[in-house]
Amino acid sequence: MKESLNILTRGLVQENPVTKMLLGLCPVLAVTTSAVNGLGMGLATTFVLLGSNMVISLTSKLIPDTVRIPSFVLIIATFVTIVDMLIKAFSPELNQSLGIFIPLIVVNCIILGRAEAFASRSGLWYSMLDAIGMGAGFTLSLLLLSSIREILGAGTIFNIPLVGEDASTILVFALPPGAFASLGAIIALMNALEKKKGAAA
Amino acid sequence: MTEYLLIIVSAVFVNNVVFARFLGICPYLGVSKKLDTALGMGFAVTFVMTISTAITYVLYYGILVPYKIEFMQTVMYILVIASLVQLVEIVLKKVSKSLYSALGIYLPLITTNCAILGVALLAIQEKYSLLLSVLFAFFSAVGFILAIVIFAGIRERLEDADIPKPFKNVPIGLISAAILSLAFMGFSGLVK
Repeated sequence: MKESLNILTRGLVQENPVTKMLLGLCPVLAVTTSAVNGLGMGLATTFVLLGSNMVISLTSKLIPDTVRIPSFVLIIATFVTIVDMLIKAFSPELNQSLGIFIPLIVVNCIILGRAEAFASRSGLWYSMLDAIGMGAGFTLSLLLLSSIREILGAGTIFNIPLVGEDASTILVFALPPGAFASLGAIIALMNALEKKKGAAA
Repeated sequence: MTEYLLIIVSAVFVNNVVFARFLGICPYLGVSKKLDTALGMGFAVTFVMTISTAITYVLYYGILVPYKIEFMQTVMYILVIASLVQLVEIVLKKVSKSLYSALGIYLPLITTNCAILGVALLAIQEKYSLLLSVLFAFFSAVGFILAIVIFAGIRERLEDADIPKPFKNVPIGLISAAILSLAFMGFSGLVK
């Protein structure tokens, strides 16, 4: 039980895929112009992660070691295609704003990384927990970054206005430089907090 | 002629793969510590990006469109890129030992470089012709080299700089990238 809980929660902060392991930064920077996009990307990636972790955990004994990576990539690509079609069917708007970053989930290093490092050598239950935990950590980082950018850049959150219409916002946060700078600041903040915690303990 | 020129300027400066499209951030932050490794990675990317865009273009319009199976795009592209990287590695090993020793270690990393897949997908999305697609891919890679080389130069200087502890390494790298991308935004008036 304790083991399960540990696997489930370590992706949130301790081993957060974005702020700690620096994986999958391309979608993190690109789609976080608004909180809706950030959340959508996070959930889509979590779905692919869950599907691929489950299938890989079940089939890893059947796959010869030499063709391991190509097989993993194919399994991941299958789930990405499913997500792509689902988003296209149910939310054309989200499809429009996420653009090529939906098919690019295939090359998100988080997914292949978890498949290789965890799912291929663990049972179904733990692999599922791992996928949910890591996916939640990824979604959390995306949501944090996209909220910061949306509030500062557009003055709204989930498209709900926070300031008056004629208030001037810091547009640069909605543009590429804002993405780099905000993520840099978040990672620096995490480093500083961790150091403080380490010193206190 | 102007059409070609516009695509070149747009791919290298205005819609730079790293600073405007956010593709290939992992190698950008990972391999850009030294100038010569940055160049090696850049050339390997150029090589694979140009060839893979040409091949995926032909396969897309030759197989996927006639049989109406465009939804297989992602699966097919990633397979083509992964096997192409292997093939390039084998061919380079046989043909040119010196080129292989220069690019060899970067090639496996390229499979998961999202810039390769991203540019191949963008070429289709923009509905370019074959020639334009290849041109677009090649000059996107030139833009990547430009970004990674400038950044490597900055990073070599950052090593001696007195940076606040929490900002060391990656955070300061991202902040520098922010300033660089701000500079690159100055090009945005050039092409619509």
